[in-house]
Amino acid sequence: MKFSDFINTKAICAELKAQTKEEVIEELVQSLLDSGQIQADQREDIVASIMKREELGSTGIGRGVAVPHTKHPSVEQLVGTVGVSVNGVDFDSLDGERVQLFFLLISPPERPGDHLRALENISRQLRDETFCRFLKQSRSPSDIEQLLQEYDDNQFVSG
Amino acid sequence: MTNAPLSTTVTVLNPQGLHARPADLIVRQASQYESKIEIGKLGEWVDAKSILSLLTLGAAQGTELGLQVQGPDAEEAIQALKDLFEQGFNELSEPVDA
Repeated sequence: MKFSDFINTKAICAELKAQTKEEVIEELVQSLLDSGQIQADQREDIVASIMKREELGSTGIGRGVAVPHTKHPSVEQLVGTVGVSVNGVDFDSLDGERVQLFFLLISPPERPGDHLRALENISRQLRDETFCRFLKQSRSPSDIEQLLQEYDDNQFVSG
Repeated sequence: MTNAPLSTTVTVLNPQGLHARPADLIVRQASQYESKIEIGKLGEWVDAKSILSLLTLGAAQGTELGLQVQGPDAEEAIQALKDLFEQGFNELSEPVDA
């Protein structure tokens, strides 16, 4: 699976304003709403459900990266976006570090495989330090879009 | 004293597969041991103490994974990890929000 299969480029947030975990999730979900990926009347429920998942254990998986996510019946396919925070946000990460890179995913409940393949793709690329550094330095949605595209094009393993 | 590496095969049993929460569980369990612990799929071995590495496996329900452990506490470690897989990361009995 490639970034282009689940990242909606119109919803990319290059400079997140959010200062807290909840604000980050709200800002990214709002961005998916603004780009027409989710339904307006589902916004609050999606935010609440992502926050509920965070209570089970932070999705801040270390290296300044978090993958907040949930399953939600209102989406028909995996939808996701990327956000970058210049100063980082306290996300209760597993390694205690502030988080600068966010990949938010909403998947249909009956499609666990797609969610796994998105996580696989994200984690594979994030192991590349150059990718992480470039992403953290990105200051516009088009920079991020271009970076994701480059990594999609160089991908040898697809799932 | 030499510590011969131990290895076994485990299967992902829970419907949601090896997603973020099970990966976190594995890291927490594996990190309690001094031994080097690796989990592998199709010849690709990753460090079981790194959540980012575990997620790269993209292991769905039914996937068979290799488990290899080497170190002074290898026996305890391999048993503890086998147990985690056999219990389906505690996700077999109730639907859990991924």
